[in-house]
Amino acid sequence: MSLKAFHLIFITAASLLCFGLGWWMLRAYADVGVKSDQIYGVASIVIGVALLVYEVFFIKKLKNVSYL
Amino acid sequence: MEIPYTSKPRPDTGIYNSKVGIWLFLASEVMLFGALFSSYILLRVGAGEGTWPHGLLSIPIGTFNTFVLITSSVTVVMGWAALQVGNFGRYKVYQAITILCALGFLGIKSFEYRDKFKHYEVWLKNPITVHQGGKAVLTDRLLGHIEYQGHHPYFWTTPRLAGSPEIKDKDGKVVKAAVAAVESFKFQPDPIHYTMTPKEMAHAKAEAKGHAHEVIEIKSSDVKRLSAFIPSHSTFFAIYFTLTALHGLHVLGGALVIFYIWGPGAKMWKTDPQRYMNRVEVSGLFWHFVDLVWIFLFPIIYLL
Repeated sequence: MSLKAFHLIFITAASLLCFGLGWWMLRAYADVGVKSDQIYGVASIVIGVALLVYEVFFIKKLKNVSYL
Repeated sequence: MEIPYTSKPRPDTGIYNSKVGIWLFLASEVMLFGALFSSYILLRVGAGEGTWPHGLLSIPIGTFNTFVLITSSVTVVMGWAALQVGNFGRYKVYQAITILCALGFLGIKSFEYRDKFKHYEVWLKNPITVHQGGKAVLTDRLLGHIEYQGHHPYFWTTPRLAGSPEIKDKDGKVVKAAVAAVESFKFQPDPIHYTMTPKEMAHAKAEAKGHAHEVIEIKSSDVKRLSAFIPSHSTFFAIYFTLTALHGLHVLGGALVIFYIWGPGAKMWKTDPQRYMNRVEVSGLFWHFVDLVWIFLFPIIYLL
């Protein structure tokens, strides 16, 4: 597996972490109502989406590099 | 004698030898971290309610460090991609950012460690009343910071309160000076304790905002046990320090290798560019593994 393939796995894992963290913080906001938790949760989800967008950009940019 | 398949792929595997080597090494690393992760999860799931220290790590600091590592992964792969198109200058810039991210991560982690080493739990012989977030609470277990003779001491445990005598070697030379016993110390209790549920902790933190820290005087004779947040405090901190220190050593090792390839080892780019690119790729694979470990470590340690 090349660095390109491993990077794609890593970015997928990182964006899943961002979505999980976002869900966690928004749940904390729903329970307690601390405003910073809401901002934190929304920001995490936005970053998760940004990482997926970057992933698509990365695939296009390195389309000539092998996955092996 | 030339080492075979350092640049070109080996016909039977289809990849160059060092890539096979790094993946075998990473497989062994998966087993190492996998064993530690599963130990942690089994202990965490098996712990009785209110017995497992949770909510004691700073999620914002952990999140920031996560993004530092994600950034470093992006720069390490961009550096490698720059080499693929022959742009050595851009590679140097990207890898310099990777090295800075690694140092930044370790710096932030050491700041976190420092904070833990002077944060305490005290178990009292008899319950006392403390004011937390405007409410009076009767408790015999407190988290917080010690103030003694104008300082916030590090690494204190129960034996430190009793002090220790002078130690001399066989020639009568003082090897270790006497440490005076502590009669009493000031303590700033936190508004939370890990025996609370996450929801109770969040409420207590929110209520305590805007209230000044109470400072109480605790006599050493009233203390049943005292411990900083060090490995001997609890199973949680033992595993926390084992996992994060092991990970930190991997970050340091990876950063040293990347630095060597980036700095003194960079002359290979002129003599054997394909082999140099392979080296960069292999170091990048290791770096991604280290970052991926953190992606699992962060939610398990900081959130669970």
